[in-house]
Amino acid sequence: MCLGCGDTVSAGTLYDKVWDLHRVAELPGGSTQLFIGLHLIHEVTSPQAFAALRDLGLGVRHPERTVATVDHIVPTTSQARPFADPLAEEMLATLERNCAEHGITLHGLGSGRQGIVHVIAPELGLTQPGMTVACGDSHTSTHGAFGAIAFGIGTSQVRDVLASQSLAMNKLKVRRILVEGRLQPGVFAKDLVLHIIRSLGVKGGVGYAYEFAGSCIEALSMEERMTLCNMAIEGGARCGYVNPDATTFAYIQGRPFAPEGTAWDRAVAWWSSLASGADAVFDDEVVFEAGTIAPTVTWGITPGQGIGVDESVPSLADTPVDERPLAEEAYRYMDLQPGMPIAGVPVDVCFIGSCINGRLSDLQAAAAVARGRQVAPGLKAFVVPGSEQVAAAAEAEGLDAVFTAAGFEWREPGCSMCLAMNPDRLEGRQISASSSNRNFKGRQGSASGRTLLMSPAMVAAAAVTGRVSDVRDLLALVPLQVPVG
Amino acid sequence: MSSSLPPRPFPAGPIASVTGTAVVVRGDDIDTDRIIPARFLKCVTFEGLAEGAFADDRTELAGAHAFDQAEHQGATLLLVNRNFGCGSSREHAPQALMRWGIRAVVGESFAEIFYGNCLALGLPCLTAGHDAMRALQEAALAAPTAPLCLTLAEATLEGYGQRWPLVLPAGPLQMLTTGQWDATGQLLSHHAELSRTLAALPYANGFH
Ligand code: SF4
Repeated sequence: MCLGCGDTVSAGTLYDKVWDLHRVAELPGGSTQLFIGLHLIHEVTSPQAFAALRDLGLGVRHPERTVATVDHIVPTTSQARPFADPLAEEMLATLERNCAEHGITLHGLGSGRQGIVHVIAPELGLTQPGMTVACGDSHTSTHGAFGAIAFGIGTSQVRDVLASQSLAMNKLKVRRILVEGRLQPGVFAKDLVLHIIRSLGVKGGVGYAYEFAGSCIEALSMEERMTLCNMAIEGGARCGYVNPDATTFAYIQGRPFAPEGTAWDRAVAWWSSLASGADAVFDDEVVFEAGTIAPTVTWGITPGQGIGVDESVPSLADTPVDERPLAEEAYRYMDLQPGMPIAGVPVDVCFIGSCINGRLSDLQAAAAVARGRQVAPGLKAFVVPGSEQVAAAAEAEGLDAVFTAAGFEWREPGCSMCLAMNPDRLEGRQISASSSNRNFKGRQGSASGRTLLMSPAMVAAAAVTGRVSDVRDLLALVPLQVPVG
Repeated sequence: MSSSLPPRPFPAGPIASVTGTAVVVRGDDIDTDRIIPARFLKCVTFEGLAEGAFADDRTELAGAHAFDQAEHQGATLLLVNRNFGCGSSREHAPQALMRWGIRAVVGESFAEIFYGNCLALGLPCLTAGHDAMRALQEAALAAPTAPLCLTLAEATLEGYGQRWPLVLPAGPLQMLTTGQWDATGQLLSHHAELSRTLAALPYANGFH
């Protein structure tokens, strides 16, 4: 390719272009060998992959293309080593050993760069448009916000990427999801994606990559785009992406691993050429109107069981026949009755954090609700920044003080109660308002624990009222900031 | 309990068929947190995952879960419904099923990452339509110890007095029946092609 003479990449969707650029060979089983530009690893899904390499006598082909961090098992109260939990300690020690042995960079605790894998790679400038990104974690779809093709893989595939910097993949179809208009005040990217999944279903995206486009998407910040793409997988789509634009480039510029100088200009030219062209053909297209979307809350046990905060738990009669068994299971498990309004459901625990909503703008939105208010009596509320950088930025603007003054706990970065592999967990049948992305049975550490997914601002609203509440009512209560003097 | 049975070796080499009895786990959208709850992921090897298979569902049902019932111990076929294995990318899910003894899964549909993880371990996942799957599950529940034979090449399941047509796409079929489901060897064989791909990628070359 000649970048200097205005040559650009061929026509089609961004997905097609990135796929073609990374194609190494066609494999006998009909799949394609795809080069992986950025491989992210963490402590939970990598140890068995390294062990398999050792068994096979293989090394890591491109250690400079793999980056590690520790996130799932880290405690958020004290991160002093060794961890109180010997299994967690063993997992981190194993990761440290594997990274040292193979020359892989590990952004460990206290490095200033540690955090949830899907938070740190973008904030370090590692994630860039046009890359293929793979990680042993399904929410790798997050990185699609940059116009990368990013997907989760299993441990055998982690082994394959380590050994060969490539994967055997099958090409997906592309569905364009056009979102037009503007989200209302108090409605966030989280509400948008919960709404999309509610509409298209948790299996609607199987076999597809989701391209998010339209005026609403173009107006979203990078952090909002990450929130959106994060949950593509919850809609069944293995990856989701947004075409790179000026917002993308402005976010990347100046970050530690971003190109600089003349390389920056060439990078922007190349990235721009990757966006889906006017000639792109999509396998399917769906249109949403952003202005009609309300703050959205899940009431059930899959991320597709969501409703507007002003709606009621759907009745069986309102549920498609083939989804009724799941709805009945959800009524039982969640102990919510069909027809009851979701607003007003009391909660026990409020969790703000995770790779979908643990970034600075998420904490700002939650703090705007918490500021000057108090966590309801008897309720446990805590905030877990997505990374050490997010924590530092939030502390620099005093958000930690806003939260602690309101009665929230301010914790150290990690995945925390999103999946409760660390000490943060629900107890018994506790019900949580959670800014994370999964409400599966048992997800938050108690086999009978219950999760209501919502935006961080909605979690803050639940924390200060003690029940599911429409954050728009609380925001309206906040007096306009009039300059004094 | 399954732990009293000797562990069944993982498949190696071509897989032509899977024989044995079937166990039914009904329900759409059974996610990987249910197949193997997160606390079982706190490990650096996959050994010992059998006890984690459906652990919370089994506790909840206090012995009434299919994986705990005596007649299903030793079962090799798992019969499921739609979107089985949705959720996380954890390979611990198929690992747990395989370590429990499962050697093939038949369902209405599978989540993509789960399907790929199964294939990478030589665990065939075949599909059948909604009604056929219901009928197959009914038959299995009525005759829990009836012997079955799943033939990959023909994508058929023989048992319960009939032949059940299933679907197995050509790619996975070929990979499983030739013993090449594990892609590592193929991926490593294209060394020069990979170097060429890398050399043509602007971002891998400092955008020069
Ligand atoms: S925050 Fe939750 S969803 Fe995200 S990587 Fe961690 S465990 Fe997975």
